[in-house]
Amino acid sequence: MAGEVSAKQFAEAGADLSLVNVTKRFPGFTAIDDLSLDIPAGSFFALLGPSGCGKTTTLRLVAGLEEPTEGRIVIGGKDVTDTKAYQRPVNTVFQSYALFPHMSVLENVSFGLRRRKIADAEDKAREALALVELGHVANRKPAQLSGGQQQRVALARAVVNRPALLLLDEPLGALDLKLRRQMQLELKDIQSEVGLTFLHVTHDQEEAMTMADTVAVMNLGKIEQMGAPEELYESPKTAFVATFLGQSNLFVGEVTGSTNTVVSVSSGGYELRVPSERAVAHRGTITVGVRPEKVSLHQSKPSVDANRTLIGPGRVVDASFTGVSTQYLVEVPSVGEVTVFAQNTSLGEHAKEGDEVFLSWSVEHAFGLADTPPEEERFVDDTSTGSVAVQEREKLEAELEEA
Amino acid sequence: MAFGAFQTAAPAATAATPASQRKSPIALWLLLPGILYLILFFVTPLFSLVITSFQEPVPGGFMGEYQNAFRFENYVTVVSTYFSHIGRSFVYAFLATFFALLLGYPIAYVIGVKLRPYPLWQSLALVILIAPFFISFLLRTIAWKQIFADEGFFVGILKSAQIIPADAYLTGTPFSVVFGLTYMFLPFMALPIYTTLEKLDLRYVEAGGDLYANPVTVFRTITFPLSLPGVISGTLLTFIPATGDYINASRDFLGSTETAMMGNVIEANFLVLQNFPAAAALSLILMMSILIIVSAYVKRSGTDDLL
Repeated sequence: MAGEVSAKQFAEAGADLSLVNVTKRFPGFTAIDDLSLDIPAGSFFALLGPSGCGKTTTLRLVAGLEEPTEGRIVIGGKDVTDTKAYQRPVNTVFQSYALFPHMSVLENVSFGLRRRKIADAEDKAREALALVELGHVANRKPAQLSGGQQQRVALARAVVNRPALLLLDEPLGALDLKLRRQMQLELKDIQSEVGLTFLHVTHDQEEAMTMADTVAVMNLGKIEQMGAPEELYESPKTAFVATFLGQSNLFVGEVTGSTNTVVSVSSGGYELRVPSERAVAHRGTITVGVRPEKVSLHQSKPSVDANRTLIGPGRVVDASFTGVSTQYLVEVPSVGEVTVFAQNTSLGEHAKEGDEVFLSWSVEHAFGLADTPPEEERFVDDTSTGSVAVQEREKLEAELEEA
Repeated sequence: MAFGAFQTAAPAATAATPASQRKSPIALWLLLPGILYLILFFVTPLFSLVITSFQEPVPGGFMGEYQNAFRFENYVTVVSTYFSHIGRSFVYAFLATFFALLLGYPIAYVIGVKLRPYPLWQSLALVILIAPFFISFLLRTIAWKQIFADEGFFVGILKSAQIIPADAYLTGTPFSVVFGLTYMFLPFMALPIYTTLEKLDLRYVEAGGDLYANPVTVFRTITFPLSLPGVISGTLLTFIPATGDYINASRDFLGSTETAMMGNVIEANFLVLQNFPAAAALSLILMMSILIIVSAYVKRSGTDDLL
């Protein structure tokens, strides 16, 4: 089956998915703004973003449950924009499971197979149930299962159809940690074994990073950055990615000079350097960032070479011991608060609250962002009209996201 | 048993509260008025009805004078005399239920599902559906009699359009009786279906579409089965009273002697012929037949699974 995928047959391989300039407007706001996306066949793709960022809407557009206002959706080389959900070679694991309450678990799982008149629907459904270790509940009704079991049934009901493209809408949300890990591995196995294309929507960055080959971070209806998990984490391109995916220390400053290899930025009286290839912009006002675990804490001023950036002295305002590491919050005059994660690799004296410390990090670990972090007031007056409007909008968007 | 089918609104999840197992004297006191009421107005008349149904005329007595006896013959006589009326009652009630379902389901679906995003229109549509209740059903039936009248506008149009022959008429025909029954019980059919459809989780419908079911299959395998509790309540609320109805089939309204149903026969025996045993026997036959049909129906549709 060269490229052409039909809802009438089992997919022998995953299909690639393309979104071309897709825009989705709801009355009053735009959920997705001119989104273009290519997901190669057989990949495990995660759409990561906070609630209300448009990720579930994207999924529903691909599934055919919403119609795009503009743009085309192409699955396996075939334009499916104008087809209905039941005509698309796509299955969804819904966030709410949406298991049919009047059917047994087995009837639920074989539903899609029977609609496509596939032989041995019942046997195949039993196999799928065995895969999620629920063979023993085949004759029960969904209401008689626990939340985690229901979620696995929902997964089996979608996977059993061997769709060219499987859509996962936060499918592991209700599982406890152990089961979650187990299901993550199983999902990964199914995906690589059959070579299906998975599109996974989640707000859980850890889940996205551990499972997906490619992660796209979405915010306000646009994709901020897309790439392998390591790439996103190590060299974020926007302030949103830098702060949503893990934590970051961000410093805004003016570029004072640049060479072929290094861009120098002046911020708060310090010279911060970023490797040229890790900086998005090389002139004007830019943001330099560094991950907290890349920052070293020194209790006396160290002598550092040109490959390290040193700032300080600062004062430790908070130190919290978390076992593996200690998280420090260091107030550096004219720079602000800097977060440091220090591995607890040695016993003995550690910096305490109130201590004077110096901070340093390797220049190669710094990254330069295209934009500046949004100015956020520490304590926004919740009753101001502006704030109320923002809250209402967020609520509305969250509702639409769920709907 | 059969009454369980009416509980469409009560989810099964609230059942099995330990409070119901505690024998609280307050609960008994609260039940007492209801129990007394039922004993007084249901059990006592039922006994009286059973006794009456076996009575025989007082020898040499006046018309309407009866004495206690055990005349099972009464039952045999009424069944053989009014066999066609009994059959007609059930056929008309069945047809009315069928047409009410056919008309009521789409109405309920539109109000409960399609109008869900527009609460104002939804409320308005519900008001329109219930509005006829604000007018006496006698007046409404008389209005239909006027509309169906031989010299009326409606029949005139049908005749001039040659849809019906020039010598045809509508009043007093089975058509007008079934029409009247359907009309009268339509809200009783549509409202329970509406309450189940209004709660229908549309995510099931979406999931059905996602699993390759076209809209017709989605309706057949998901929407309709999930609305079955409402359909069962609606059909019972239509079928039971329609079987015993005596207004629509009456000569004074939409019927004629050829369309008389059991209700009309019972009325005639009680009020005109004063043959109380025959009327009582007919009433009991009607009651028992409905009970048997309804329990078979409820058992077959397996509502317990759905509720």
